[in-house]
Amino acid sequence: MQSQAKLLAAVAVACTFLLAALLAAAFVIGSGLEGREQALLASIVERRLGAVLMIVFVACVFLFLMLRAAHEFLVVLPARAAEEAGAMLKEPTTRLTMQGSSELQALVAAVNRVAERHQMQEEDIGARVRAANAAAEADRNRFAVLMSELAQGVIVCNPDGRVLLYNRRARALFAGSSGQGMAALGLGRSIYGIFDRHLIAYAIENMDTRQRTHRHFVAVTESGRLLRVLVAPIPEAASTTAEGAEAGAGHGLSGYMTMIEDMTETFDSESTRDQLLQELTESSRGPVGNLRAAAETLHDYADMSAEEHRRFLAVVRDEAEGLAARVESAAHRYAAVLKSRWPLEEMLGADLLTAARRRIADRCPVQVSLDDVDAGVWIKVDGFSLLQAMTYLAARLHDEYQIKDLRLRLSRDGEMAHIDLIWSGVFMSTETVMAWELDPMTVAGEASPLTVRDVVERNGGEVWFQRNHASYLAFFRFLLPAVSGQEAGSAVAGGAMADSRPEFYDFDLFKGEETDLVLDDRLLAQLAYTVFDTETTGLEPSAGDEIIQIGAVRIVNRRLLRHESFDQLVDPQRSLPAKSVKIHGITADMLAGQPSIDRVLPIFRSYVADTVLVAHNAAFDMRFLELKEAGTGVRFDRPVLDTFLLSAVLFPNQESHRLEAIAERLGISVLGRHTAVGDAIVTAEVFLKMLPLLADKGIHTLGEARESSERTYHARTRY
Amino acid sequence: MAKKILIADDEPNIVISLEFLLKREGYEVVVAHDGVEALARVRAERPDLAILDVMMPQRNGFEVCQDLRQDPEFKDLRIMMLTAKGRDTEVSKGLALGADVYMTKPFSTRELISRVKTLIDRA
Repeated sequence: MQSQAKLLAAVAVACTFLLAALLAAAFVIGSGLEGREQALLASIVERRLGAVLMIVFVACVFLFLMLRAAHEFLVVLPARAAEEAGAMLKEPTTRLTMQGSSELQALVAAVNRVAERHQMQEEDIGARVRAANAAAEADRNRFAVLMSELAQGVIVCNPDGRVLLYNRRARALFAGSSGQGMAALGLGRSIYGIFDRHLIAYAIENMDTRQRTHRHFVAVTESGRLLRVLVAPIPEAASTTAEGAEAGAGHGLSGYMTMIEDMTETFDSESTRDQLLQELTESSRGPVGNLRAAAETLHDYADMSAEEHRRFLAVVRDEAEGLAARVESAAHRYAAVLKSRWPLEEMLGADLLTAARRRIADRCPVQVSLDDVDAGVWIKVDGFSLLQAMTYLAARLHDEYQIKDLRLRLSRDGEMAHIDLIWSGVFMSTETVMAWELDPMTVAGEASPLTVRDVVERNGGEVWFQRNHASYLAFFRFLLPAVSGQEAGSAVAGGAMADSRPEFYDFDLFKGEETDLVLDDRLLAQLAYTVFDTETTGLEPSAGDEIIQIGAVRIVNRRLLRHESFDQLVDPQRSLPAKSVKIHGITADMLAGQPSIDRVLPIFRSYVADTVLVAHNAAFDMRFLELKEAGTGVRFDRPVLDTFLLSAVLFPNQESHRLEAIAERLGISVLGRHTAVGDAIVTAEVFLKMLPLLADKGIHTLGEARESSERTYHARTRY
Repeated sequence: MAKKILIADDEPNIVISLEFLLKREGYEVVVAHDGVEALARVRAERPDLAILDVMMPQRNGFEVCQDLRQDPEFKDLRIMMLTAKGRDTEVSKGLALGADVYMTKPFSTRELISRVKTLIDRA
C-alpha cells in the first residue's frame, strides 16, 4: 500500500513538473507580445488547444507508465525480497525468488547462499543438541534407576548442605525421623536437619578434595537406628561450566555425597555372633583346662592308684560331656543368628522353580520337570535357603529311595503359594520323611547348620508331606507367603507415587541461587514454598474454634513434591460441631489419641523452615496459627502468598475466586477436596499454573507478588 | 621342710589334678573353694605360694590377690593366678594387682609345675 502511494506521488510530481514546464513555456511565449499578436496567439492556441491537451495527456500517461515500470523494478521487487527474507527467518527452508535487475538477482543469490549455509549449521547444531540431550536424559534415567535400587541410602548436597538428590532407601531411613507425618529429608532442605552439622563439617575438613578420599562417621537417628555414613566430595567439574565453578568457589568442591548404611541389624547380628564366639572360647577354657590337666596327669603318672585313676577318668568324662553340650548349644544359637540375617525378597515363583530345577539337576542325578507352574505368582522368600531345602529333600529322596524323576508345581491359594516337590510310585512313612525336616541339611558335601524346618520358619511358611494313593503321587508341599499383584507394584514404587517417577532429585539446585538477595527481590520461580491448608472445628478462631488437621506439600524449583507431604490430625481438645463434621468428614474417633496443637506446631514450623507459605485464603489459616503463638511460642514469620488474592490480581473481572472456580479456570481437576492435604495439593497446582501468568503481568519477584496482592486486597475491601 | 601351697578354685575337676600333681612333686597342699576361704586359709596356714582362680564365689581371685598384697605380712607370699578368660587386658590387670605369674587355661601341667618350682625356689 505504502509503495503504491509512493508511485502515485511520483506520478503526480512528474505530471506537475510537466504542466509547470508547459505553463512556463506558454508564459515565456506569451509575455511581451503586442495586443494583435496576443489575439493571434489566442486564436492559434484556441484552435490547437485540444491537440495540445491531448499531447500533454499522452505525455502524462507515458510518464505514469514509465514510472510504474521503474517502481515495479526498483521498489516492489526489492520490497518483496525483503519480505521473503523476513519469512525466511521464521521458516529457514524457504529461499528468495530470483527476479528483478541483475544487481538485485546477484544480491538475492548471495542471500540465498548465506541462508543455505546458516540452515545447514542450524541443523547440525540441532542434531548435536538433540543427541546430547538424549544422552543426558538416558544417563539421568540410568542414574535415577541405579539410585533408587541401591541398597544404601544416598544423599547428594551442594556445598551449603542443601539436598539435591536422595534415593528411596535414604527416604525410608529417615521417614518420620522428625515427627509423625513428615520427613526431615527433602529436596532443597538442609542436610543438617538430619545429621549434626559438626559431624559433616568434621568429615569435610578432613577430606583432601584433590585425592578424592572419603570419610566415615556413625550417626544415630531419632528413632534409634545406627547409621554408618560415608561422606565423599564431589569435585568441581574441572571448570567446564562456569556455574559449577561459581557454586564451589573457594571450596574446591561442588558438593558432597553421603552414602548411608543402616547398621542396626548388621550390628545386632554381628554383635550376637561376636558374643557367641567369645562365650564359646571363654567358657571352653575352663573345661578344656580341667580336661587337659586330668589327661596329662593320667598320662604322666601311670603309677597312680586304681582309685585315683578312676577319679581322673570321671573328670575326663564329665568335662567332655559338658563341652559337647556347650558346643551343641553354640551351634544352635549360631543357626538362629544365621536365620535372622536373611532378608526376604519378592520374586517370581516361576524363577525360583527354574533355579531349583537347575540346582537339583546339578547336585544329584535326578530328572526334574516343571508342570502346572502359575507364571503370575509372586512370593516373598529367601530364595537361596529355599533352594537349599528343596535340593536337600530331592537328594535324600534319591539317596534313600532311588527316586529319579521329580516334578515341581507352583500354584496360588489365597494369600499363600504352594510349591510342590512331587514324585510317584514310592511311598514312605510320614515319620521317616518328617524326620528329614529336623536334620541339618547336607547336599553333596555342602553342609548347613539349618534344617528344612528352620528354613520354612524363616520364610514364614510351612512344609509337609502328602500322598495321594489314587494317583500314586506323593509330594512335599511348601506353603509360602504370596505377594498380591498390587502389593508387588506398590512395594516397588513405595507409597502413593506408583504412577510417576519419584521427584527425588533436582540438579538445578546445583546452580545455587542468589541467596544474598533479600527475599522480596528473589524470583518467584526460584523460591521454595510450603503450600498448606487446615481443617478446623469452625470459622471463628477467636471464638474458640481450633485446628483439627494440617496438610501441606512442598514446591521446590517449580516442582510439586507430593511425596514430601505433611499430614497430621490434631486433637482440638474440645467438642467437634456436627456441621463441621459434614464438611471435613473428620470424626471425634479419628482425633482421639492424636497429638495436641502445641506438639504439632513445632514440627510443622520445622517443616516450613526456609520456605514461603502459600495458602488459599491464607488470612484464615494464618489467623489460627497466630492465635496459637502466645500459647506455644511458635511463630510463623515466613512470608505468605495467598492464591485467593493472586487470583484476584490475575482475573480481576471474575466473580468467584473460590478454589474450585480457579482450579476449573486453570484446567486443574479437583480431587479429594476437604482433606487438608488434598486441598493443599490443589492449591499448589493452582499456584504453579499462576506463576507464568503472573510473569506475563510483569510480576516476577516475591516482593512484586506481595505488593500486587496487597493492592487488590485494599481494592476489594473498599467495595 | 616341704613348701606349702594353697589351691583356691571352686571347680573340683581342676583341683583334683592340681592337688595330685603338686603332692607328687613333694609339696604340702591346702585347698580352698572360694575367695573368703582362701583368705582365711592363707592367714591360718601361711603357705609359700597361693594359686588363685579368677572366677570364684564370694570374692574373686583379683580381690583376694589385692587384699593379700596390701598386707605387708604376706610380702613374701608368691601368687599365681589362673583364669579361663584369655584376654590380654586381664593378664595386665592380674599382674598389676600383684600376681607373680598369670596362667591361662588350658595350661600344660608340666609348664605349671616348672613355674611353681621357679617361684618357690626363688623365695
